[in-house]
Amino acid sequence: MKDHPKTEAREALIGPGHTIASITDKISEIVLAPLAKTPLGWHAVMGIASVGVIALVTTIVHLVTTGIGIWGNNIPVGWAFDIINFVWWIGIGHAGTLISAVLLLLRQQWRTSINRFAETMTIFAVACAGMYPLLHTGRPWLAYWLLPYPNTMGMWPQFRSPLIWDVFAVSTYATVSILFWYTGLIPDIATLRDQTRSKIARFLYGTLAMGWRGAASHWNRYETATVLLAGLSTPLVLSVHSVVSFDFAAGIVPGWHTTVFPPYFVAGAIFAGFAMVLTLALPIRAFYGLKDFITEKHLDNMGKVLLATGLIVTYGYAMEAFTCWYSGSAYEGYALQNRLSGPYGLFYWALILTNCTVPNILWWAPARRNIWILFAVSMSVNIGMWLERFVIIVVSLHRDFLPSSWGMYSPTMWDWGMFLGTIGFFVAAFFLFLRLMPIIAMFEIRLLVPKSGVTGKELPHDHDGGAHSSGAQGAGAPAMHDHASRS
Amino acid sequence: MIEEQPIPSRATPQRADSAPSDVGTALPELAGKSGAAFWQSLEEVSGTERFQDFLRREYPDQAEKMLDEPERRTVLKLMGASLGLAGLAACTKQPEERILPYAKNPESTVPGLPLYFATAMPWARGSIGLLVENHQGRPTKIEGNDQHPSSLGATDSIAQASVLELYDPDRSTTILQRGRLQTYDDFLTELRTALNVQDAKKGAGLALLVPTIVSPTFARQMREVRELYPRARIVQWEAIHRDEARAGAIAAFGKDVMPACDFDKAKVVLALDSDFMGGGPEGVRPTRDFTKHRKVRKGQTAMNRLYVVENAPTVTGMMADHRLPLRSRDVENFTRALAKRLGIDVKTSASTSPQHDAWIAAVAKDLQSNTGASVVTTGDWQPAVVHHLVAAINEKLGNVGKTVRYLPPVDCLPQDKSQVETLRELAAEMNAGRVEVLIVLGTNPLFDAPADLEFAQAIAKVPLKIHNGLFLDETGIQCDWHVPGAHFLESWGDARAADGTVSIVQPLILPLYGGKSAIEIANAMLNKGGESAYEAVRATWQKDRPDAFETNWRRWLHEGLVPNTAAGAVSGTAKAVSGAATEAATGIEVVFRPDPTIWDGRFANNGWLQENPKPATKITWDNTVQIAPALAKRSGLETGDVVDVSVGGRTVRGPVWVSPGHADNSVTLHVGYGRTRAGHVGNDAGFDAYALRTCDATWNTVGVQLAKVGETIAIASTQEHVDYDIVREEVKKRQILRVRTVDRFAADPHSLDVEDRHHEEGETDWYKKAVQREIDNGSRPVGDYQWGMVIDLNACTACGACVTACQAENNIAVVGKDQVLRGREMHWIRIDRYFEGPEDAPRLHSQPIPCMHCENAPCESVCPVGATQHSPEGLNEMVYNRCVGTRYCSNNCPYKVRRFNFLLYSDYVTETLKLQRNPDVTVRSRGVMEKCTYCVQRINLARIASKRDQRRIREDEIVTACQQVCPAEAITFGDIADAKTAVSGLRAQPHEYGLIEELNTKPRTTYLAKIRNPNPELETA
Repeated sequence: MKDHPKTEAREALIGPGHTIASITDKISEIVLAPLAKTPLGWHAVMGIASVGVIALVTTIVHLVTTGIGIWGNNIPVGWAFDIINFVWWIGIGHAGTLISAVLLLLRQQWRTSINRFAETMTIFAVACAGMYPLLHTGRPWLAYWLLPYPNTMGMWPQFRSPLIWDVFAVSTYATVSILFWYTGLIPDIATLRDQTRSKIARFLYGTLAMGWRGAASHWNRYETATVLLAGLSTPLVLSVHSVVSFDFAAGIVPGWHTTVFPPYFVAGAIFAGFAMVLTLALPIRAFYGLKDFITEKHLDNMGKVLLATGLIVTYGYAMEAFTCWYSGSAYEGYALQNRLSGPYGLFYWALILTNCTVPNILWWAPARRNIWILFAVSMSVNIGMWLERFVIIVVSLHRDFLPSSWGMYSPTMWDWGMFLGTIGFFVAAFFLFLRLMPIIAMFEIRLLVPKSGVTGKELPHDHDGGAHSSGAQGAGAPAMHDHASRS
Repeated sequence: MIEEQPIPSRATPQRADSAPSDVGTALPELAGKSGAAFWQSLEEVSGTERFQDFLRREYPDQAEKMLDEPERRTVLKLMGASLGLAGLAACTKQPEERILPYAKNPESTVPGLPLYFATAMPWARGSIGLLVENHQGRPTKIEGNDQHPSSLGATDSIAQASVLELYDPDRSTTILQRGRLQTYDDFLTELRTALNVQDAKKGAGLALLVPTIVSPTFARQMREVRELYPRARIVQWEAIHRDEARAGAIAAFGKDVMPACDFDKAKVVLALDSDFMGGGPEGVRPTRDFTKHRKVRKGQTAMNRLYVVENAPTVTGMMADHRLPLRSRDVENFTRALAKRLGIDVKTSASTSPQHDAWIAAVAKDLQSNTGASVVTTGDWQPAVVHHLVAAINEKLGNVGKTVRYLPPVDCLPQDKSQVETLRELAAEMNAGRVEVLIVLGTNPLFDAPADLEFAQAIAKVPLKIHNGLFLDETGIQCDWHVPGAHFLESWGDARAADGTVSIVQPLILPLYGGKSAIEIANAMLNKGGESAYEAVRATWQKDRPDAFETNWRRWLHEGLVPNTAAGAVSGTAKAVSGAATEAATGIEVVFRPDPTIWDGRFANNGWLQENPKPATKITWDNTVQIAPALAKRSGLETGDVVDVSVGGRTVRGPVWVSPGHADNSVTLHVGYGRTRAGHVGNDAGFDAYALRTCDATWNTVGVQLAKVGETIAIASTQEHVDYDIVREEVKKRQILRVRTVDRFAADPHSLDVEDRHHEEGETDWYKKAVQREIDNGSRPVGDYQWGMVIDLNACTACGACVTACQAENNIAVVGKDQVLRGREMHWIRIDRYFEGPEDAPRLHSQPIPCMHCENAPCESVCPVGATQHSPEGLNEMVYNRCVGTRYCSNNCPYKVRRFNFLLYSDYVTETLKLQRNPDVTVRSRGVMEKCTYCVQRINLARIASKRDQRRIREDEIVTACQQVCPAEAITFGDIADAKTAVSGLRAQPHEYGLIEELNTKPRTTYLAKIRNPNPELETA
């Protein structure tokens, strides 16, 4: 602990010349500025996203009143866009927990400027994901039967079904993610409460801040809660997508029944999550001039994660193909052949291009700092991960055991309405959050200011008496303490 | 309050013709005009002052009121008044009407239990005896009458679907005179007036157009009509007629006879373009007889052999051991060459193709070595000379009197001319204006008459046209009077079967819409209007069999047939075939065939039949231009391409279907589609192939041009078009169909086991042990019975009767073409079709797939709410109420037998359709999964009976719907835990196997492998 390397030697995670006050001003301004000062880009994105929200509401109303027959699902392709998009959104939701919890426990300081992003993204992505399993059932008004609750029917869910595991995994994940996210928001909400001049806003932020005053005891509890939640979330990062992969791995469909699925789904989820963080962070960084907080160093790190997880995913694909061939099973063999050269063969090769080939440009260091290349790669991965689920779900189902029941799938406008609708909802919710809450954790960024004296390699986990609030920063100021001096 | 005024809709296409109407009198200048032109010009004339005047006079008040813009105050007043008066209505004292409780049961009814009544379905080529299930007065399900020789307990898909036709909401419900509602008395008055005029002329201006008469009573009535009106024309017309067979029989024997083949006595069968196992009810008995010797069991070394020569694959062709695709036109020369080789003195054509010579030689040899035990048969669509040749061949082979008998024709009123000829004469008479009264009973000539007769123009020249039929169809709408027909399930009658056996047709329900049967109309013509159809039928039989009539009558009704009415064989020696061989015209031929599901188009409005996939192509809801792969390649056509098929200046437009196994240079068109007035279901489905059919070429013509239009049509086939070679390879690899020759089976019965089993016994016994463990520790209850099913692939003809029977029994919804295209058909049992061998001349195989009721069901473990469960008796049960519709079970089902209600497919609205539903089976709503239950309602019915009597369920007590209907008896169901049952016996057969059993699903439904009996000479060739 004593001889950890000096941060000065490494590339700074914050732009030069920032003080604690300037950080607070810069970030809280995004929220507290009058509407007129909201960048044009925000309005444009919000406008487009609202159209998506309308499409989503329309689709859901039509869906519930008419039946899921409005989609293109059929026999044999019983699951299609519904579950593709469910898995896709859940995957995107993975970066949040990973960045907040795993990187927190691993003491990766560069996470501070993007963790709020990622957590928020997680919440909304899980919300989008959650809509699908609920609404894709034939009778969504009875979907609560998947929950174990005492009832007069004397019926429990059928616990052998991976869908039940899904219910537990996803609901646990959503709960912990929301708790984690909200806990992390409290100090910043308190800052906003103190910064705002509007009475209404002060009342609302004040309520949400739950009486946070920045007292040492508050910080103490905060840190304890954070670490506990981080500890709780970490296994969830692995479990949620593993469980989601069981939906397929526990089935007997050739192309589903694969032991490599859990790890490869988790890697894929992190891959997808980081790609989505980049997709969101790059424009917002540009709109709001946040280059000092989301520095090139951040982009570089995220690029590396993308590259690494991309390679794991590629390994997954390779193993999947190898196992199909090596098993010698006629069904698995044909499933592979059908993926490579069947009627949906193009989708597989597009997947290989977008997920396995394109990210390799990130081996080249300058590419990881070029926002255009990064954005292009992130979009490529977003598409690629969607294609991956398409290949797994639709391409496996459409030609399974008996050639007589082979069929084709094509989405209808309502499939697209629901998919683009959830994207619209996601973006709208995210941009609304951006306007109402600090999108970068102010209190954590403040720790990065060299003056704060925190070395950047340590968790601020020990507060006894050392914390004091800066009057200028209000109750939301970080607890500043100097480990070096105490040790 | 505003009431709806009965203003006649202008859009309704009513006919005014030359007969005066109210409008006609108001507008004398229009009286001479007729047809559509009149109503088209109505918009124009309505503008004239005269017409406005007429309107005011006709509807003095309302006409103006409706045109006036209502004032705001008026609207508010009316709304207020409506509200007030709405409350007032509740104060009205309801009239006192007494209802009576079911205090005394009608004799022999037990509420909740059905009664069965025997009746028969009239059919031009031989009626079929039925037992109809009746729930509290409504017929719900058709079964075959096991005492009836045409049925022996089975039926076909058309007979199954006839109950839906009864309840068809599109049936006509009212008597119409040129679109106006009338009463039956008005009709009788008009009929009487018209016939009185004819009395003087001895009926010179009277013509009747009826279907082929198979009812002795109706035939008697027609004879009486002839006595009254000796000069009247009685024309029988069936689009699927047997003119050629009749001409062939007359050429051979000097009189019309129908060959009756006893396929159960034949060791070798040669079908020359004959679909003897298909074609509606008449195919049921031949199927039963033929498949009797297909059911190969252990130790058996012999079975029958079937050669089929045909142009397009049919169910008969699918059963063939050797199938030769041949242009329909070339069959004559093929038959001549065969006859010659068999030593019959006939002229052969020089142009017989050499590659067929080997075939002919082998078949001839085989036939000769089975003299007296072979059958050669040909189809009604082959020219007379082929029928003559076949008669000669059968005689030469010594089959006559052994396997082939000649019976008098089934028609009860034989005619001295062919049907086409009499129809042609009728059209000429009508064109000449010599027909004054035309009575059309149950036929639809405006749809199915030969196109060159221009029947629509001819019929327009008849002053009084009367139509009686179930639907206001293409013909009905052009007639002056339309009287709704009575369905055979709601009327009295009688009907002859192919062998002459007569059944009394007894009604199962009163006419739903007051329809009148042909017998009742005939009674009216005979001035016996007071006599009911019941009395007419009794009168016929009382005269025919007066002894102990009342007792016998009751017995006939009860048993469903009149004993000893079967016709005796007619003896006769076939004359020599004279005349030179017809040189087969080269070029592409077009062949007209009845549709395998909707027949000649009369069942076009029947959703069950429309959605029943056609046996060889699996197409639903459409007919196609069927061609061979080779012809498609040459013409640059693909499945779905729309083409213009032109011949002799006539053109029809339809989508191409490339059919493996179709003969080259031949185009098959199934008639019956392209209806314009069939109803909501049948309208606009497919194209009308009758438009190409002429009097001189009712079955076949050459010189066809195929011209690509440039559009494509999506054809709803239940087996999606997948690359031919891929499927063939995969089916082989997966051992989905196991096929062996009978010789190899006899030598090594176990050769059918999968050679490269994916696991050794014991290796993947984990599931088995787990199941056993569960049984041992009591967590898996084991019932008294263990249900299972065995399907004999060797007997199944793919006729599709089981699909319709299941639909009728289990309230399965019809989904429509659009949903079938999306892969959402709801059938609980389907028949898969596979090809083996080259695309040009493949072997065809079929495999019925119901739910497998797996012991280790993959669907059960994945359902999150436990909506699909294993019963102690081994059924895989669906709990509809519990299902939330995740569709995971269907994804995980390797057999894809589960069906999902993606939308609200069940009709909860139409009243008549509710009457058809089986009260023992839930009607599924949207959002739930469903699938085959092994007819659990029938199991439970038997269980209740057995518990009441405190005994075990007897083996024959439970018959599933698919098993019951199967003409081939290919399906066996029962208790597999009891070693003595038939199903256990079949499960012990060496060639019994489970479909993709290496998944360890342990299916309860298993198969007996297909055993072929090829001719070694042809097999090596």
